[in-house]
Amino acid sequence: MAYYRRNSSADRMARGLGWFSIGLGVAELVAGRRIARWMGMEEQAGLIRSYGAREVATGVGLLAMGDARPWMWGRVAGDALDLATLASAHHDGNPRRENVATALGAVAAVTALDVLCTAMLHREEATAWTPHPDYSDRSGLPRPPAAMRGAAKDAPIPADMRTPDILRFQPAAAAPL
Amino acid sequence: MKALVWHGTADIRYDTVPDPEIEQPRDAIVKVTSCAICGSDLHLYDHFMPGMEKGDIMGHEFMGEVVDVGAEAKSALKVGDRVVVPFTIWCGECDQCRRGNYSVCERSNRNKAMADKLFGHTTAGLFGYTHLTGGYAGGQAEYVRVPFADRTHVKIPDGLTDEQVLFLGDIFPTGWQAAAQCDIQPTDTLAIWGCGPVGQMTIRSAVLLGAKQVIAIDRVPERLSMAKAGGAITINFEEESVVERLNELTGGKGPEKCIDAVGMEAHATATLDSMYDRAKQALALESDRAHVLREMMYVCRPAGTLSIPGVYGGLIDKVPFGMSMNKGLTWRMGQTHVNRWTDDLLRRIQEGQIDPSFVITHTVGLADGPGMYQTFRDKQDGCIKVVLKP
Ligand SMILES: NC(=O)c1ccc[n+]([C@@H]2O[C@H](COP(=O)([O-])OP(=O)(O)OC[C@H]3O[C@@H](n4cnc5c(N)ncnc54)[C@H](O)[C@@H]3O)[C@@H](O)[C@H]2O)c1
Ligand SMILES: [Zn+2]
Ligand SMILES: [Zn+2]
Repeated sequence: MAYYRRNSSADRMARGLGWFSIGLGVAELVAGRRIARWMGMEEQAGLIRSYGAREVATGVGLLAMGDARPWMWGRVAGDALDLATLASAHHDGNPRRENVATALGAVAAVTALDVLCTAMLHREEATAWTPHPDYSDRSGLPRPPAAMRGAAKDAPIPADMRTPDILRFQPAAAAPL
Repeated sequence: MKALVWHGTADIRYDTVPDPEIEQPRDAIVKVTSCAICGSDLHLYDHFMPGMEKGDIMGHEFMGEVVDVGAEAKSALKVGDRVVVPFTIWCGECDQCRRGNYSVCERSNRNKAMADKLFGHTTAGLFGYTHLTGGYAGGQAEYVRVPFADRTHVKIPDGLTDEQVLFLGDIFPTGWQAAAQCDIQPTDTLAIWGCGPVGQMTIRSAVLLGAKQVIAIDRVPERLSMAKAGGAITINFEEESVVERLNELTGGKGPEKCIDAVGMEAHATATLDSMYDRAKQALALESDRAHVLREMMYVCRPAGTLSIPGVYGGLIDKVPFGMSMNKGLTWRMGQTHVNRWTDDLLRRIQEGQIDPSFVITHTVGLADGPGMYQTFRDKQDGCIKVVLKP
C-alpha cells in the first residue's frame, strides 16, 4: 500500500492545489475563448479548453482523498505543457505578448509550488513509519495488566508526594469535613 | 575514546575525544556498557533547550563498570562494581538532598552562578544536559566521569541484564515518580499524554500503583499498541477528540489525574478538536507547544492533579491559568529525584514484578548513534527506545 499521511502539511498543500486546479480548470473551460483572445492565441481556444478539462481531472484526483503523488506528478507534467504552449505564443509577432509573459510568470510560480509539494510528499514517504510493528505483546509485566493492578500498592509514597486529604477523591461518605 | 558529540541542531557526531580522568576526590570513572537515547536528548538534538555548546558529550541514561575511584568515593564504590548512574547528580549533604529532592541538589551544579541567575536558584547538575546544569560530559561514550560518585550510583547485583536495569537511571523512575506524585487512589482515572518511553513507564507504574483506569494518548500506532499491552485504554489524538473521549470514559467528570509525558515539543492536532477550538476562542491564538498542558488543565476534574514529567525549557504562551486556579488543580512537576526510587524499583525488577526492557526496540553500536537520533525523533522503523553499546 502506498504511504500517504492525511493532514500533514504536504498533504494539505496538495489538497489546496487540488482546489486551485478545479478553479482554474473551470475558468479555462468556461472562458477558454476569452483567455485565448487575451493572450493573442485565438486559434487555440479549443486547446485551452482541453487544458481546462485536464485541470479539473487532476483537481478531482487530488481531492479524492487517496495518495496525492501521482496526481501531483500529473500537475507538474501539465505545468510543463502549459509553459511550452505559452512559450510558443511568446514571439514578436504577437501583439499581446506582454499578457503571455504575465501568464508565463504565473504558471512558473505555480510550477515551483507543484514541484515543492511533490518533493515534500516524497520526503514524507522516505521518513514514513511503515510498516507499523505490532507491540501488543510487550507488556513488561509477568501477568496480564488486569491481574497486576495494584501489585505495588505497598510502594512507599513519600509524604511530600501525597495529596492533602481534603483534595483526595474518595467516596463522598468518607470525605473529610 | 569515542563519544557522541553535539555540534549543533540535528548534528550529533561519533567523535574521538580525550578520556575522562578523576578530577575531584568524590569522582569515579565508569566504563559504559550500555546507554540509551532519551526523549530529553531530542530537545537538545532539536536545539529547543538553550545552553548547549559545540563539543558537548551527550547522554544521561547509562550504566557500566567502575574502573577508577577517587579517594573520597572509595567508601562506597570499588573498581569492578557494576552500576547504573542516575541522570541527576547529587551530593547527599545539602538541605535539598537531605529532604530527598535530589534533582534540585544545591551543590552538584558547577555552573551554579549561571543557574541562579536564570532560575532564581540553582538545580542539580545533570549529565550531558546543557551548561545550565553543569555542562557535565554525558554517558553516550566509552567512559564517563561521575561526580559525587559515592552517592550518584545504583549498585546492580549479578543476575540481571543491562537491558533490565539500564532505565533505572532515568525513564523508569521518571514514569514511576510521575504516577507516584499523583498519589493514586483505587478510584482514580489517570490520563497520560504521550506514549514515548516515559509514557510507557508511567502506564505500567500507574497500573502497579492501582489506578482504576489508565488512559494513554498519542498518535503513533505502534506506541499506542505498546500502551495497550501495558493495560491502557488508548486514544489516537489525530483521529478522535481527546476531550470528548476522556469525558466519555469518566462519566462526564474528567480524569482525576492528568500526566504530561510529552513536554515542550507537543504536537497540536491537525483537525482541531472541540476543546482546542473553545480555548482558542477564549484566548486568541497561541504557539502550539503548550498544547498538552492546556488540554490537561481543561479536561482535568476540578480539585484534580496535573503531573508533569515532560520537560519544558523556558516560557510557554497562553496558558489558561485562571482555569487552573478556579478549578483548584494541584501541579506536580520536576526532574526526577532518581535515587529516591531506585532501591524499591530495583527490588521490583528482581522480583519480576516488571521488566522495563519491554520498551527497547533498537540496539546498535555507539557509532550508529547519530543516525538513531533521527530514527527515534522521527519515529521511523517502529522506534520507541534505542540502546547503544559503546
Ligand atoms: N522529568 C524528568 O526527569 C524526565 C526524564 C526523562 C524524560 N523526560 C521528558 O519526558 C518527555 C517524554 O520523553 P520520551 O522519552 O517519552 O520522549 P518521546 O519524544 O519519545 O515521547 C513523546 C511522545 O509524545 C507524543 N505526543 C506529541 N504530541 C502529543 C500530544 N499533543 N498529545 C499526546 N501525545 C503527544 C509523541 O508522539 C511521542 O510519542 C520529554 O519531554 C522528556 O524530556 C523528563
Ligand atoms: Zn532523560
Ligand atoms: Zn545536594
